Amino acid sequence: MAFDSLSAFLAMGGHGVYVWASWGVTGLLLLGVVLHARAERRALLRGLRRRVRREQRQACPSADASPVSHQEGHVRES
Amino acid sequence: MWAFIHKLGSPKWFYAISARLQPWFWAAALVLILVGSAWGLAFAPADYQQGNSFRIIYVHVPAAFLAQSIFVSMAVAGLIFMVWKIKIADMAAAMMAPLGAAMTFVALFSGAVWGVPTWGTWWMWDARLTSMLILLFLYFGVIALRGAFSSRDSASRAASVLAMVGVINIPIIKYSVDWWYTLHQPATFSVTSRPAMPLEMWAPLLIMVLGFYSFFIALTLMRTRSEILRRESSKRWVRDLLGEGR
Repeated sequence: MAFDSLSAFLAMGGHGVYVWASWGVTGLLLLGVVLHARAERRALLRGLRRRVRREQRQACPSADASPVSHQEGHVRES
Repeated sequence: MWAFIHKLGSPKWFYAISARLQPWFWAAALVLILVGSAWGLAFAPADYQQGNSFRIIYVHVPAAFLAQSIFVSMAVAGLIFMVWKIKIADMAAAMMAPLGAAMTFVALFSGAVWGVPTWGTWWMWDARLTSMLILLFLYFGVIALRGAFSSRDSASRAASVLAMVGVINIPIIKYSVDWWYTLHQPATFSVTSRPAMPLEMWAPLLIMVLGFYSFFIALTLMRTRSEILRRESSKRWVRDLLGEGR
């Protein structure tokens, strides 16, 4: 351990501002990039599934009465 | 060999194999970055000249490595796309550009912050700093170019050409500290010589560098998978995949 106490660790020998600003920006950007990739994937899957379902319904309108599409319609409303 | 490359270039096959590889790279990135951070921040000894401000090196150097490696990867992917028309290379290139820009920004920002206590200034128009700033603008250019065309193929080709031309900047960044007078210290790591730092200082740096590379691979796999779904959404296998609820 290079530091005696938590306050010494945070102070970084007077260079705390520089060290923590650098690490903070790096951490935030890495985290932000991961969250963005996750949100991107979720939105994409949601949109594509909706499109596939819509096209399936258009392809066979009579299937509306089937229990599967009924259930799906219910999920989408909630 | 050619059969393997052909298979690798198939989006369907890539989608399946990347799903299995992805968790390992995320796990490696998490463990390496956490261990490297704890070691670098709390356990590595302070520098005898710079004190504790030298700990910025543990984010500055990995970010700068990635910033340059990602641009080279984009140029190589651009070449593969232009020569062999392998679409997956173009998808990966498109997906890694924002991370490259982010890492270039991190390298510039942490360098500027580090410069205040070390050099007494946060910015100098010297060769290393200026060529890194040019790299940031090249990233912006590649990203903007992709959004500037209505045809995806034109956008891909334009971005590939810019990446292949802009990659000239990478050796300039690398050798800028040798070719010109600069405030920036010379390379920290070298293949041919022993590190100028003691083991307790460079081991956490190596761990952080490996962690950042794992992060880059994991993120690129994840985003390329998304891009495959986006571009191949009318393909049969994607339809089947979505219909199954996965």
